[in-house]
Amino acid sequence: MLLIPCPYCGLRSETEFSNGGEAHIVRPENPEALSDAEWAEFVFLRDNPKGVLLERWNHAQGCRRWFNVARDTVTYEILAVYPMGAAPPALDRRRVV
Amino acid sequence: MKSRYSVFSLLRNAASYHENWPQAWRSAEPKQRYDVVIVGGGGHGLATAYYLAKNHGITNVAVVERGWLGGGNTGRNTTIVRSNYLWDQSAALYEHALKLWEGLSQDLNYNVMFSQRGVLNLAHNQHDLREVSRRVNANRLNGIDSEILSAAEVKEMVPIIDLRAGGRYPVLGASLQRRGGTARHDAVAWGYARAADALGVDIIQECPVNGFRIEGGRVTGVETGKGLIEAGKVGVVTAGHSSVMADMAGFRLPVQSLPLQALVSEPVKPVIDTVVMSGAVHAYISQSDKGELVIGAGVDSYIGYGQRGSLPVTEETLAAICELFPLFRRMRMLRQWGGIVDVCPDASPILSKTPVEGLYFNCGWGTGGFKATPGSGWVFAHTIARDEPHDLNAAFSLDRFRSGFLIDEHGAAAVAH
Repeated sequence: MLLIPCPYCGLRSETEFSNGGEAHIVRPENPEALSDAEWAEFVFLRDNPKGVLLERWNHAQGCRRWFNVARDTVTYEILAVYPMGAAPPALDRRRVV
Repeated sequence: MKSRYSVFSLLRNAASYHENWPQAWRSAEPKQRYDVVIVGGGGHGLATAYYLAKNHGITNVAVVERGWLGGGNTGRNTTIVRSNYLWDQSAALYEHALKLWEGLSQDLNYNVMFSQRGVLNLAHNQHDLREVSRRVNANRLNGIDSEILSAAEVKEMVPIIDLRAGGRYPVLGASLQRRGGTARHDAVAWGYARAADALGVDIIQECPVNGFRIEGGRVTGVETGKGLIEAGKVGVVTAGHSSVMADMAGFRLPVQSLPLQALVSEPVKPVIDTVVMSGAVHAYISQSDKGELVIGAGVDSYIGYGQRGSLPVTEETLAAICELFPLFRRMRMLRQWGGIVDVCPDASPILSKTPVEGLYFNCGWGTGGFKATPGSGWVFAHTIARDEPHDLNAAFSLDRFRSGFLIDEHGAAAVAH
């Protein structure tokens, strides 16, 4: 069970949150100009690291606000929490093989 | 050639107190070069090696496994086998696997304890009922045995079920595939390992893969913990670690790795003689031959590589089990664990060539790979041997995410994801 530090409400159980997948994916400005492969990249391809992942969470059963989290997918340690729209903090983006 | 397992070998070995059984497979050290290297010694990888040798005559094959055989998802699933998938492509692939299951113990000369005890998929509301009839009809059009049961028929088949389920998960009916059932998961890995070994395949355990040697867009070898192994072709069958492998080879896969968990209870006397699945509430239950209840749960809602699973998921599943089977409320659970499953956006597998020549991936089986083990090995061996997909897996290429020809089995596979 994760305890997730909501930047607005503090430490809460993971059952209050919903996961929003990989963070920092920007919808292409010009979808009609993209090739099928580039569009597939935007729609289907997501980071799936064994290590540090930048992801979005929504405090769905609390303040209902979104925020970004840097989490290690092996240790489940939450390394950083930062607001939507902000650049990710400097972190050791470690990856395990 | 190994001695065959039979009633006579059993009697012969009984006379020596079962102390002289021969080794089931050799513990091989890697040679310098193989025609094909399979990465991943689970059921799918070992089946691939076996069918490469048996169907295609390619016996200079190595299976490299980071841990021990069947220590990953092969030994962590809930052993359910069925083929009642909605779409034609999936139905054909899983039905091919089911047909192989039916003769597998004889083919491998190893008892995989395949028990066709029937698989029920419960419907809890009107929508589920419509979905069940749509799927049953689709199955029958594809020549797969499938029938619809009323609530009363479910009760007759599974007397311990509470059809009202506390008012929370009422049972209105179910689909039934009588040819479905369970198999002994470890035996599948061991049986394929023994049979592949007998045909000359080298099985190399405790041998992690650290990278691929790629020259001019073609794979020429595998960097392992036991040194470089040169390879003509490489097949990767690493389930939850497929993204890590693809990363080493320099391309991305549309899969996400999620922990899927299961539990077993203390052993009790026979109480349920079929498999009951409820996709809507993520609760799957059957009873092993030892008497343990084998309970499957859902996946975590976020990416993880920890083979544990999240506690809220366990709670939700056990709550549903207790509502459906009130007599299990005082059962004690013995063990709980998780396996890392690689889920595709369309919940269908990828059995495909890749951007790297000579490198093939078999992944994306998500929450339901065990049932497909023989079929998966069969078509993947064909893909590797011929450098082109088998008719049954042509639709399961990596290219479908670009072309848009997805095989959307979310929910339609009788299990909600």
